[in-house]
Amino acid sequence: MGKLTIGCFSSLVGSMTLDFAVKLAEAARKKGHDVDMWLSGNGTMLSKKGQRSFKDYSSLEKTITGLVEGGANVTACEACAESRGYHKEDVISSFGRKSMDWYLASCFSADRVLHIGGE
Amino acid sequence: MSIKKIAFIVDKMPYKSETSRLALTHAIASQTVEIHLEDGENVEPVLAFIGAGVLNCLRNQKASETYGVTTLESHIKNALLTDIKVLICEEDVKKYGLTEDQIIMDAEDIGADMPSELVPFSTIMGEIESADHIMFF
Repeated sequence: MGKLTIGCFSSLVGSMTLDFAVKLAEAARKKGHDVDMWLSGNGTMLSKKGQRSFKDYSSLEKTITGLVEGGANVTACEACAESRGYHKEDVISSFGRKSMDWYLASCFSADRVLHIGGE
Repeated sequence: MSIKKIAFIVDKMPYKSETSRLALTHAIASQTVEIHLEDGENVEPVLAFIGAGVLNCLRNQKASETYGVTTLESHIKNALLTDIKVLICEEDVKKYGLTEDQIIMDAEDIGADMPSELVPFSTIMGEIESADHIMFF
């Protein structure tokens, strides 16, 4: 089995890009691959806990929390999150918060990197 | 010794979105990646500006005065200061009617030895082809 690193820079609300990234991560985990997800820029919105589910908007907190419980590693850029007011206490507890070098280190050991840019 | 080459390819213009800034901050983060790696492992970044991305490389940017944020110019100079290879597509520079004297070609003012390079797109393609991973911003 391999390791997939997915970098997500797109926002939770306003595009379906994160929905795609999370579905891809789920599929990779089901096949037994290791998955690292890096949330940066507007993508850090996914790390915010207490997301309210509306049918008109993407709601991924439950899905992504389950993914982490199943072994995926989801880490948000600390600076990107802080600049948006997502402090440590606001972030889903099972998520990591690291600096950008963590993403590059994850890429180092990845078999494939899928870098999904932001808006 | 194990080195993985990551190509950071920027084709978005500056300031309209955060994208090119994130390309630069992630590329510069390669300077501290070793703390997460084993001895002898490292990442070699290559930063290339193509298409509208070459507009990030304009000299005399005023974003700090206008918006109160750091300029992309300062980030590019910091990349050069940390010896990151910075490539700028010369066909796209010409396409925008720019000349070399309007482009950030060095960061000697902050003590960088490494200059940026105006290169044909084929050179950038060569870097992409030899990279282990590509990040397209």
